[in-house]
This record gives sequence, structure tokens and C-alpha cells, in this order.
Amino acid sequence: MPADALKCKECGQTYELEASYVCEECFGPLEVSYDYSGLGDAAELKRKIQAGPPSIWRYSDFLPFDRRPQTALDAGLTPLIRSRRLADRLGVGEVYVKNDAANPTHSFKDRVVSVAVAKAKELDYEVIACASTGNLANAVAAHAAAAGLESYVFVPADLEEQKILATGVYGTNLVTVRGNYDDVNRLCTELSAEHPWAFVNVNLRPYYSQGSKTLGFEVAEQLGFELPDRVVCPVASGSLFTQIAKGFEEWIELGLLQGDLPAFNGAQASGCSPVARAFHDGHEACRPVRPDTIAKSLAIGNPADGVFALDLARRSGGSIDAVSDEEIVEGIKLLAETTGIFTETAGGVTTAVLKKLADRGDIGPEERVVLVITGEGLKTLDAVRDIVEKYEVDADAGSFAETVPVAAGQVA
Amino acid sequence: MAVVVKIPAQLRTLTGGEGETEVEGASVGEVLEALYERYDGLRDRITEDGELRRFVNIYARGEDIRFGDGLDTPVSDGDEVTILPAVAGG
Repeated sequence: MPADALKCKECGQTYELEASYVCEECFGPLEVSYDYSGLGDAAELKRKIQAGPPSIWRYSDFLPFDRRPQTALDAGLTPLIRSRRLADRLGVGEVYVKNDAANPTHSFKDRVVSVAVAKAKELDYEVIACASTGNLANAVAAHAAAAGLESYVFVPADLEEQKILATGVYGTNLVTVRGNYDDVNRLCTELSAEHPWAFVNVNLRPYYSQGSKTLGFEVAEQLGFELPDRVVCPVASGSLFTQIAKGFEEWIELGLLQGDLPAFNGAQASGCSPVARAFHDGHEACRPVRPDTIAKSLAIGNPADGVFALDLARRSGGSIDAVSDEEIVEGIKLLAETTGIFTETAGGVTTAVLKKLADRGDIGPEERVVLVITGEGLKTLDAVRDIVEKYEVDADAGSFAETVPVAAGQVA
Repeated sequence: MAVVVKIPAQLRTLTGGEGETEVEGASVGEVLEALYERYDGLRDRITEDGELRRFVNIYARGEDIRFGDGLDTPVSDGDEVTILPAVAGG
């Protein structure tokens, strides 16, 4: 397998490919390192990818497994849709929407959980667990159920009801914690030392995060093995944002893609924007904040990959921007009205930041922009409760004529 | 009475396997100094050039000390100080 070690992102110390996530020397995060030298040439790799299954496992050569894993609930190969209407509305060249709500549990988290659960099974774990802002909870509960493994899912107690119900239904041990996500994360980090469980985003984190690379691979493959000019992506922990770039960089190195890394624009909610703030203040580290935003799936006040997200935004000529709760709701509406895609609050954040970049003149007229939509609107219905208008009529034509303005549409 | 310090799994090779200990100190900084005195090698693991390493999180009474006064955050008898590696979310 090309994966040959776990490597510290801070000091470079290497470790065996086991369930560990922290460098014992410097406390830096570990990541999977690869030696792709024996993988074959680009044309051969491309053929192998295209002949692979219609899921993230078509990219298993670039994931930390000896052989392609078999999973009960396959993630990935979600649509990449060109939206002329959204591009026209914003006055930019080309906009492609990567709709990752079209995954088994309706968010990109199915990618990371697929990889983590496959690795947990390989390492003989019997219990899967996670700390989650909601989408991860849904995915862990579902993938554990499909794999026949026991699971424990920890979420903040004030999470959207839809996300709590859509987790509990899979028969997991659902633990609602009185506190915010950062409290949940701290609790799980402590618990991971006491229980022999596979916490997908704690002790299995180096593998878990590899699942996010597949989103980058997919975008590139769906563009005909070409790079976009710009990627706009939400930032919570910063992991997805940085791993999409990692995917592009690996394929550039392997000769599967030509050109430079696209500009990476990160999107945060103003009510939880530690990375955007550090970006605009010129800081290298993020100061933690207490989240207060409707974008609960992005409400991580202490993002450990924040430093890497800052570095990526700066070296790729991008930025990290934040938008208000009001702009988030407008973003949800803008995407829905122009593309037919109903996204959750996180997608509202991302769409609103795309609009902000367009309004600011940051996007060139010839640019090809990819908007990463990570989750489903039905999970955060409260966000749009006050903006939906309707006409209530009696069941007769007169009442309809009196109440509803009639469009002058004609059959052409 | 003293301050209770919770040691993460990654540092327990230095503490003879202990996950919890008690030391004296009126601030988080003093508590950490007392720990460095007790356990050889601990200082270099979690600090660099006199500063906490950037992936080390310290909590006093369950709250990140960056919300308080950092190493000057006061602690008193019976309080809990927790050392944990920073882990990105999900």
C-alpha cells in the first residue's frame, strides 16, 4: 500500500499506521504519509480510477488501505453541477456546485466516516464513536448500523432537532452533552484515553481526514481531470478545506493534474469565525471563540486545523471570510432559487461568502469556481422558517383568483 | 488540598502511568512548573522556548485558559487543570 507511516505535521516524526493521532514528541497532529512511487504512470492510474466503483473507493489507491475496502453504505460520486443561473446572478464566469448533500446521510461526512469505519474494522475495533456538531453524528450512527458495529455518538444538547432524530433512528447510543461542541470534543478526547473505542475524529483522525481528499479527487475527475481556478469551501475544523487541497496536490505530483493549486476561499459564520479573524488580522494562530451562530455544523470555536487552513488560504491566493446569520439565510435562498439545491446553514455560509467575493471583485471574469455544498437543507429547517411565503386559499377558483397574483406565463 | 491535574494518555509514559496527580500552585503557570519539577522531560514535551506548544490545550475548571488569563489564570485548592492535545473537530 502506498501509505507507509503516520507522520507529525509539526516536527516530521514518524509512527506506525495504528490508532494514534498525536505526536508524542511535540503534540502535533499526525497525518498519513504516502510513497506513491510504485503506483504507475498517470495514464494507467486514470484508467484504473475510471474503471473503479461509483463511490469514493474508486480512489482507494490514494487512501490508507492494502486493498479496496468493502462497505455496506457507499459514499461519494455526488453531482458536480454547472449553474449558469447562479454565475449570472453573481456576475462571474463559471460556477460549479459540488452537491455533497447527495450522500447516504446527506452530508460530506459520509466520506470521512466510510474511511474511518473501514480502518476501525481493519484494526479490529468493535465500537465506533465520535464528537459531532450533527452531520458526523448522522453518518457515524448510520455507517456503524450498516456495518453491524456498536456506536456512541456525542453531540451538544442544543443541536437542531432534525439532526438529533436523524442520528437516534439508527439505534446508536446517543449522548447529548450540556455544553458546546468544543466541550463535547474535550470530553471525547478524555474518554478516548479510557475506552477501547474508535473515535473517528479523535484517535482515528489521521485516517478519517483522508476521506475528505476524495472530494478534491472527485471534483477534478468530474471536470475531466482538470483543476478549477477557485474553490469556496466552509471551514469548521479546517480539515475538509485543507484536505481538498491535499487531494489536488497529490494528483498534481502524480501527473494526473496539470497546473497550479486553485485559490482556496474559506467560509465561516461571523458568530464563529476564529480562522477568518486570524486571517484578516494577519495572525498565524487562531484565538478560540465561543460560538453563537445558526450555522451549528460550523460552530467549532477552537479549530485545531485552523493554522493549516490559514496557511492554505495565504499560499493559494485565497482568503477566509465570514458572513452574518442574515447573509447565511440569504445564501440558502440564493442557492435554492438559482440551482434547485436546498442546503443547510453551512451551505448558506459558503454561498454567501461566494457572493461576498463576487461583490468585492475578487473573482476574475474567466474563472471557473467550485462551490462546495456540504449538507442538506432539510436538516436545518428552522433557518428558513421565517422567509418562506405562501398563499392560503379556499378550495375554489374564485378564492384563488382573489388571493394569488397570477403570472402571465404562456405555453410557447 | 491542592490542584488536581489530569494528564493525557500521551504523557503518561513520563508519569509512571498516572492519569491524575495533585500539585500546589496559585496559577496555571505555577501548577505546570510544579509538574515539570516532579516529572523529568515533561517541560520539553509541552513547551518550546518557554511557550506552550501550539497543539497543547490547557483547561482550568473545564475552561480553555485562552479564555482566561493564559498561564496567569488563577486556580485554587480543589480546582482541576486538564492538559489535552488539540484535536480538530467534525
